[in-house]
Amino acid sequence: MAHAIEIAPDAHDAHAAHDGPDTGIRRWLFATNHKDIGTMYLTLSLIMFFVGGAMAMVIRAELFEPGMQLVDPAFYNQMMTMHALVMIFGAVMPAFVGLANWMIPLQIGAPDMALPRLNNFSFWLLPFAFTLLLSTLLVPGGAPAGGWTMYPPLALQFGDSFPMLIFSIHLMGISSILGAINVIVTILNLRAPGMTLLKMPLFCWTWLITAYLLIAVMPVLAGAVTMLLTDHFFHTSFFNAAGGGDPLMYEHIFWFFGHPEVYIMILPAFGIISEIIPTFSRKPLFGATSMIYATASIAFLSFIVWGHHMFVDGMPTSADLFFMLSTMLIAVPTGVKIFNWTATMWRGSLSFEPPMLFAIGFLFMFSIGGFSGLMLAMVPADFQYNQSYFVVAHFHYVLVPGAVFAIMGGVYYWLPKWTGNLYNMKLAKTHFWLSTIFVNVLFFPQHFLGLAGMPRRIPDYAVQFTDWNMVSSIGGFGFGLSQILFAIAIIQCVRGGKKATAEVWTGAAPHGLEWTIPSPAPYHSFQTAPEVR
Amino acid sequence: MNLNRLTVNHIRPTRTRGAVLRRALGLLAASLLAGSTGAQAFPAMNMPVGVTVLSHDIYRIHMEVLWVCVAIAVAVFGVMITALIRFRHSKGAVPDTTMTHSTAAEVIWTIIPVLILVALAIPAARTMIKIDDTTHAGLTIRVTGYQWKWHYTYLGDASGIRFFSTLSQNSNFASQLDSGIDPRTVPHYLLSVDHPLVIPSGVKVRLLITSADVIHAWWVPAFGVKRSAIPGFINELWVKVLPGHEGVYRGQCAALCGRGHGFMPIVVDVKTPADFAKWVAAQKAALKQASAAPVPAATAPNEAPVARARIAAPASPLARRPLTARISD
Amino acid sequence: MAQSHVPNADKYYVPHSSPWPIYGSVTLFTVMAGAVATLDGWLPAWSLLPGFAMLAGLFILWFGTVIRENEQGLYNMAVDRSFRMAMMWFIFSEVMFFAAFFGALFYARALVMPWLSGDGTKLMTNILLWSRYHGTWPTNGPGALGPRANGSFESVPALGLPALNTAILLTSGVTITIAHHALLRGHRRRLAIFLAATFLLGFAFVALQATEYHEAYTKLGLQLGTGIYGSTFFLLTGFHGLHVTVGAIMLVVIWFRVMKGHFTPERHFGFEAVAWYWHFVDVVWLGLFIFVYWL
Ligand code: HEA
Ligand code: HEA
Ligand code: CUA
Ligand SMILES: [Cu+2]
Repeated sequence: MAHAIEIAPDAHDAHAAHDGPDTGIRRWLFATNHKDIGTMYLTLSLIMFFVGGAMAMVIRAELFEPGMQLVDPAFYNQMMTMHALVMIFGAVMPAFVGLANWMIPLQIGAPDMALPRLNNFSFWLLPFAFTLLLSTLLVPGGAPAGGWTMYPPLALQFGDSFPMLIFSIHLMGISSILGAINVIVTILNLRAPGMTLLKMPLFCWTWLITAYLLIAVMPVLAGAVTMLLTDHFFHTSFFNAAGGGDPLMYEHIFWFFGHPEVYIMILPAFGIISEIIPTFSRKPLFGATSMIYATASIAFLSFIVWGHHMFVDGMPTSADLFFMLSTMLIAVPTGVKIFNWTATMWRGSLSFEPPMLFAIGFLFMFSIGGFSGLMLAMVPADFQYNQSYFVVAHFHYVLVPGAVFAIMGGVYYWLPKWTGNLYNMKLAKTHFWLSTIFVNVLFFPQHFLGLAGMPRRIPDYAVQFTDWNMVSSIGGFGFGLSQILFAIAIIQCVRGGKKATAEVWTGAAPHGLEWTIPSPAPYHSFQTAPEVR
Repeated sequence: MNLNRLTVNHIRPTRTRGAVLRRALGLLAASLLAGSTGAQAFPAMNMPVGVTVLSHDIYRIHMEVLWVCVAIAVAVFGVMITALIRFRHSKGAVPDTTMTHSTAAEVIWTIIPVLILVALAIPAARTMIKIDDTTHAGLTIRVTGYQWKWHYTYLGDASGIRFFSTLSQNSNFASQLDSGIDPRTVPHYLLSVDHPLVIPSGVKVRLLITSADVIHAWWVPAFGVKRSAIPGFINELWVKVLPGHEGVYRGQCAALCGRGHGFMPIVVDVKTPADFAKWVAAQKAALKQASAAPVPAATAPNEAPVARARIAAPASPLARRPLTARISD
Repeated sequence: MAQSHVPNADKYYVPHSSPWPIYGSVTLFTVMAGAVATLDGWLPAWSLLPGFAMLAGLFILWFGTVIRENEQGLYNMAVDRSFRMAMMWFIFSEVMFFAAFFGALFYARALVMPWLSGDGTKLMTNILLWSRYHGTWPTNGPGALGPRANGSFESVPALGLPALNTAILLTSGVTITIAHHALLRGHRRRLAIFLAATFLLGFAFVALQATEYHEAYTKLGLQLGTGIYGSTFFLLTGFHGLHVTVGAIMLVVIWFRVMKGHFTPERHFGFEAVAWYWHFVDVVWLGLFIFVYWL
């Protein structure tokens, strides 16, 4: 194993490595430090969460009542599409990469990420990608409006925004691939002596597996949108039956990316939960090894279930059957994870600090989202659920109180380690309770709407759907406003506050190398590799 | 054939915000105190049982998997909640740090879900095969999606009958941005059309779904069917409305198809076979009568001044092959 | 630049700060913005030039820095291992990129064409929509899309230029292996000669490919717009050709480094990375030859 991972001073100015960061803007533009880059990722993610959330507020405001009150249908579709793209590629994925950047080197005892310059490149591609994406709102024809799935032929009807969309996705893809390579190399090459793979924290494990998913599917997305581009501009016929192509082929290629993508948004969340729950249960993670196998099984299965997004699109019966069965199977390893977390809490000694609250919220509400996922997998029933608000309810449950809650839990867990300050626990708990209440008011009624027959992606609806939409919108506004508390808690904590100890969660049982170094973590940690027994 | 004979009341103002909010908050409260409200006005929360052979099967599968999930949730959440109550640090709980794994437990909670899933999969697979069997149909109708209306072509005995089915004017006016019309005053707001599809009950009706431009999807919840309309391909589905359930059923396009996606409803008028035969005869008579006239009434596409249709779709990918002209009648 | 530090095998080198990543991001953004402006017709095609110029600069500057640091001995074996792993997984991601297009080819051939011809449950598709169509590969679809009025086109026979190109690429795979062995044994002259042979073969390949494209466009009626066959043919071979070009340029760079005395028998990550890349390009070609030209 890596025996030689001490940090070396820079050739350009030999004293630099011993000093702190560069001053001013150089520190961020030219960053090579994993902590600086992690901070930039997390900041971008928070901004994008608010941008995407603001778009969601437009959606919820328009859907408050039947009839068109605020925006016209075309703009609604743009908001819906951009909301999803911004949330997925701008908020959730960069948040996980930011956490990976901060925590993986600390957890495996490495001096930094393996490829520091590449790391900065991965980050800085994103602001440019989102500049390109968000500026589509200003061009003739408006932003892309075909949903985040960009199905042709509809996607081929976009105006000037079309190539901007494609190229911004290329940039995001390059960023994700390079970021994933960095994670893989760091974990495989830079572990401290004695840090065997099986001793490695679960967060690193889930990220390692996620990184493999990323390098396997982001190029496929790039290929899919490239084919869209050539169909639009260069007369190719990939998705045109007259030329021997098939719109359905796009869906296959897209979902070959798209389904692993949704696990890319949940596996690191699983990792975070696996860190938090043992700490505040004061008990080691139950079945840590089977957690790793479960994660790997989920990742493997994620490659063979993509067809469950296309049940109503006219696949052969045998394909429907195959995708139904493989999809249902995913409930098994996911169940193992849920049960192991529960067993970790069982006979533990639980305390309810903000990270733990978010983890517990995750357990319940992610499961609800998982259950509706299982329902969606039943093909005959999916003929009713598909493209209805039931699907919207499903994926928001796994994404918002799932992925986003895990991210928030992770931030509340490690924030004192990053800043050296404790945050306002009361504020954080208020944030949790308001979020939990409102997120259910927001998304639970959407199950009813879907079952009652309300299609998704519509700006206006039949009057019998009014009541639940109003409830949902109220929940939405409440949830949105609650997030302001999150921002306040973070900003206060960065500014100052009670000093955190190295262990931060004294009294609980935090486990891992990150708790052996001072808080805030020094600019260069583990310049000499720690020994792991 | 306009089902919406009612006119729109253009002067009726929208409700005040206050009233709207009160209503929403009231509903919120009501849903929290579940069961305390009178059942009459409570909005729908579950899938309709529907009126077709398949919709009943589908409803059953839906309820099955729903209850299985509820049961698992009760069990799992029950254990979690017990843990949260019993093993609290504040109550002096002492962690049992030796409890790190148990192969037996893990095997059990792998096997049990597998068994549950197998039990769920079998009826689902059986229904699925039934759904995909479109043979032995008594009537075949071709359904073509357009941005943003549906076109129906009857094949076989009823051939010759074909028409577009477009959002009714009332709904269209009311749905314009800031129309000033309260949608609640519009009958079947967004769910009514000028020419509904007419089918007989008790007959297996096969629908051949396709599209002339982008992907649409044909969905009538009460029938339990949904299929994508893919340009250049035909997807099939079948509907057999149980006798005694004649009436008007409504649905919507269920695949994002551009700015008018929310505004291309599906209305199906299910008649008894006898009434259906009368309808066909009347349509054919009208066709014959009108054959001298330049545009037969029943086939004239409804070119209502739909404001949101103003973005001209670029040449459809199939433009080189006019689809509408290729109807086998 | 201070040659200040004695390289230390125990230190993992972490650069203090670097302008290249942000410059690289600006570069890619400029390239993409140029492409958008061109495709949307806002600006003529020259708007792509600044981006490409910056891109060339990016490689020279960034890789230049890395090479210099390497030559100063700042990279220990752990850094070397990081580079190798990164290159391997990068190539894997490239494989997945090609997989998308191969997937499209297989899907179109094995499923779409039979469906349009009425196979399986798609009988009505064929009868109502595409009644005259009975697909055989290669096909430009039931609409017979393409440049010729009668909808016909010809495909490039496998036994012409493509076979020659296969021979060329396979030979180049051999020459680079010989060069590698020469490097390991310290035969610098042989290394230089066979490396040069490799990139010359690479450029020969690209030149022949260009001839083939010219032929296809002018004589065979085979263009990007020639239905699904033209689409898959040009995107697969085009992206491959692009990769060969990039690979050959990298070989040239490596060759110059060899001439400057870089690389030792023990440490030559740069050489190996390019060699791996070259083999990858080679393997992709075999797939293309079999599935695009031959079968
Ligand atoms: C983080 C993201 C995430 C996650 C984790 C999941 C998880 C799952 N999803 Fe979801 N899904 C999405 C994000 C996600 N999904 C998105 C974004 C879409 C919509 C895309 C679009 O169209 O725009 C979607 C759509 C979607 C569909 C398509 C619906 C349609 O369009 O018609 C289906 C169908 O099968 C599905 C299924 C599942 C299943 C079976 C799981 C499983 O992994 C869930 C497993 C978990 C559990 C089952 C709960 C815990 C388990 C136990 C307690 C054990 C015991 C349980 C049993 C034995 C039942 N999802
Ligand atoms: C990780 C991904 C993610 C996240 C976090 C969210 C978060 C939210 N989503 Fe999103 N959503 C998707 C992914 C996500 N969504 C996807 C993939 C789709 C499908 C798109 C498609 O069909 O193509 C979708 C679609 C979608 C729809 C369906 C649109 C349609 O089909 O027509 C709706 C409707 O309610 C919705 C609502 C919300 C809301 C209210 C939130 C909230 O959680 C957001 C809360 C956050 C904030 C509000 C920001 C913070 C606060 C402020 C900015 C302060 C100001 C606040 C106020 C003014 C109140 N989303
Ligand atoms: Cu047609 Cu949506
Ligand atoms: Cu999926």
